[in-house]
Amino acid sequence: MNTLIQNTYLDEEKLPYPFCPGCGHGSILDQLNAALIKLNIDPRKIVLVTDIGCQGLSDQFFITNAFHGLHGRSITYATGIKMTNPELKVIVLIGDGGCGIGGHHLINAARRNIGLTVIVFNNLNYGMTGGEHSATTPTGSFTSSTLQGNLERPMDICSTVIVNGASFVARTTTFDHQLSNMMAQAIQTDGFSLIDIWELCTAYYVPRNNFSKKALEDTIVKLKFKTGILQNEIHPEYSIAYRENAQKQLDKPIFSSYPLEEKFSHQLKELQTLTISGTAGKRIGTAATIFCRAAVLSGLFATQRDDYPVTVKTGFSLAEFSISPDATKKTGNTYPDALIVLSIEGFKKVQSKFETLPESTTIYLDEDLPSIKTKAKEKRLNFKKTGLKKEYWALASLAYVLNITGYFPVEALVEASSIRKEFADDYLKAINESQNL
Amino acid sequence: MREFIDGSEVVARASINSGCNFFSGYPITPATGILLHMLKELPKIGGIAIQAEDEISAMGFCIGAALSGARVMTATSGPGISLYSESIGAAIMCEVPMVIVDCQRMGPATGGATTVAQGDVQFLRWGTSGGYPVIVLAPSSLEECYAITQHAFELAEKFRSPVFLALDKDLVYTSSTVDTIEISRKIMPDRSYAIFNEKYLPFAVENSQDTPVFSPYGGANRVRMTASSHNEAGFLVKDPKTVNKLNDHLFNKINQHVDQISMGKADLQPGSKILLISYGTPSQAMLEAVNYARAHRKQVSSLVVQSIWPVPEKLILACLEGIQQAYVIELNHGQYLREIEKLAKQDLQVIGINRVDGELITTKEILEKTGLL
Repeated sequence: MNTLIQNTYLDEEKLPYPFCPGCGHGSILDQLNAALIKLNIDPRKIVLVTDIGCQGLSDQFFITNAFHGLHGRSITYATGIKMTNPELKVIVLIGDGGCGIGGHHLINAARRNIGLTVIVFNNLNYGMTGGEHSATTPTGSFTSSTLQGNLERPMDICSTVIVNGASFVARTTTFDHQLSNMMAQAIQTDGFSLIDIWELCTAYYVPRNNFSKKALEDTIVKLKFKTGILQNEIHPEYSIAYRENAQKQLDKPIFSSYPLEEKFSHQLKELQTLTISGTAGKRIGTAATIFCRAAVLSGLFATQRDDYPVTVKTGFSLAEFSISPDATKKTGNTYPDALIVLSIEGFKKVQSKFETLPESTTIYLDEDLPSIKTKAKEKRLNFKKTGLKKEYWALASLAYVLNITGYFPVEALVEASSIRKEFADDYLKAINESQNL
Repeated sequence: MREFIDGSEVVARASINSGCNFFSGYPITPATGILLHMLKELPKIGGIAIQAEDEISAMGFCIGAALSGARVMTATSGPGISLYSESIGAAIMCEVPMVIVDCQRMGPATGGATTVAQGDVQFLRWGTSGGYPVIVLAPSSLEECYAITQHAFELAEKFRSPVFLALDKDLVYTSSTVDTIEISRKIMPDRSYAIFNEKYLPFAVENSQDTPVFSPYGGANRVRMTASSHNEAGFLVKDPKTVNKLNDHLFNKINQHVDQISMGKADLQPGSKILLISYGTPSQAMLEAVNYARAHRKQVSSLVVQSIWPVPEKLILACLEGIQQAYVIELNHGQYLREIEKLAKQDLQVIGINRVDGELITTKEILEKTGLL
């Protein structure tokens, strides 16, 4: 509440309004001023957010805060303002054009029940750009873009926001003497509120359709659009609900980090790169991460780069990773020192590489995979014999490679695999079973 | 102590350490990791993170939040930047401090979601109507992701401007060993606000290149902001003199401070006739190529450009001194090469080393193409 009595929210120096004679916009603004006087809110606690169109000129006549943005996006700015400072009364002035181009925002603001008041200046066409039809132009109407009469059905803005969860919704015309009371009620609503105000566009819609006050009211009836207060329900406002929910999480530790203290020693002389290729969803990347963390526990530097198709649980999954005694060396030669292939999906992903790999590379393949032609050393592994589930083959194969190469102790791998407690036992089993591959 | 983490987490941690307390984004590979970190962590420190209904809304939310006093960030990829476009213009026009992360992926259009590329380099600079300047920073390693994200927040505040972080799929998805990053709440000072003044002018500046003093919605002053051409008070104007003054200001605010924004890592070898230039992920292979060449008694200089827009011309010109061949290494058809060519003297050859197949440029490839092998 304002401690001083505010006699007006209009900037007298800026008046009169620049709207066409007979246009309803000025009367909406006078009623908005009357509603604000009634509520006596500190003008610094009000933000008027205007859209594009003739109504977009409105904020300039008020002594409140204001934001004038892009066409149809007023609701998005208003949402950001309300989310950041729920104390503010955020009032969106938008046209029927804005409700069309910004329809998505309208629906989602209603769905969230964010505490904005949306005042729709609904004059049934685009008054600023030359009288083209809008999302609310009645069927059969003539506009500069519907020369044969509009074929489209007008959008029922009120029903749209009601069905999506708005708190307060009303429809009326600029000829309604109770409009300022209705606006005050909307502004006082905690959740999303909207008033769809039908009016005359004397520049375009009126002359083209021989329109009048009576025709406007008849059109609403003919369309079976309801008028008056159509929705008035209290349910949680989003910016408050968000804070209440966040309150429960306040001061919990942020970012679950896994500090890796150097506990083991390593035998590595130079950078080694490994590639493991298998099936998505079979913990290929996870196994590589465990291996890399184990390397860091052993005083090495590791880097891991994953590749997979857009799908997550089907197709291939590939991890390329390197370990190095030197922090600066991160990418390796063109060829990996070890290539592990676990499944046919993984095989297909890397099969073009087999022939190009040099003698210095060792390829480890599951026994059941097809034969290959390569200069590289080839080693077949019998995963089936271990009885391990496929989810654990990747880690078992890395434990196997570690046993052969002795880059760093297997104990480091055991420690790194116990970071995620829920899988620790299964990972330990996989590491132990690697001896039977 | 060390950690093994990816670029998404590094950027998220850096942003929170920079006082970021509002984030909004829409899920898109490869930027989703940042969104998920922010959704999880910001509520714990009293901040706000919202998954918006689309990218247009995400930018709108961020603009509204920033103007209400929040320190904001959003993250997306190329297709999302396309949808951000009109709002980038609004953020320039309303002088909104914000950090926009672009985790570049293969284009055009939906291209390759999980494929690395650097195709947005010119798009970030010219991706909104009017052609007014923005700041674009490009870290080239995980360590730089941290420092440069924080720097992006500093510049956003200093110039009240959108600042882009041009990352790529490999920077955000690749995990690497880093020294443990301390999680402290705020290391940057709070934004300074204009004190109460009945005649506060939200867009008033003393000199054309200055940044106007900020006052948030709901603060000491009544604030009028507009994405339309405006005067110092934030009223829509058409008067040529006022419009000209505004547009010159938006241009000068960034372009007259290139020296303050300019960032890069030059490693110049006296007598070298070859300069390798890169930014982002390909810089890693480039630096290895430099090490290899020097170890084999070849002379070569290198430059990692970290502030790609505005172009750090003085830095680049200093590196080009005495050079006969400059190689520009990037994952596109030569977008930054154009900028180097503009600065090159006639006798200098500017040659691109490019890849657009989704694979990284290798050290070997660089050595071969430059004759340094």
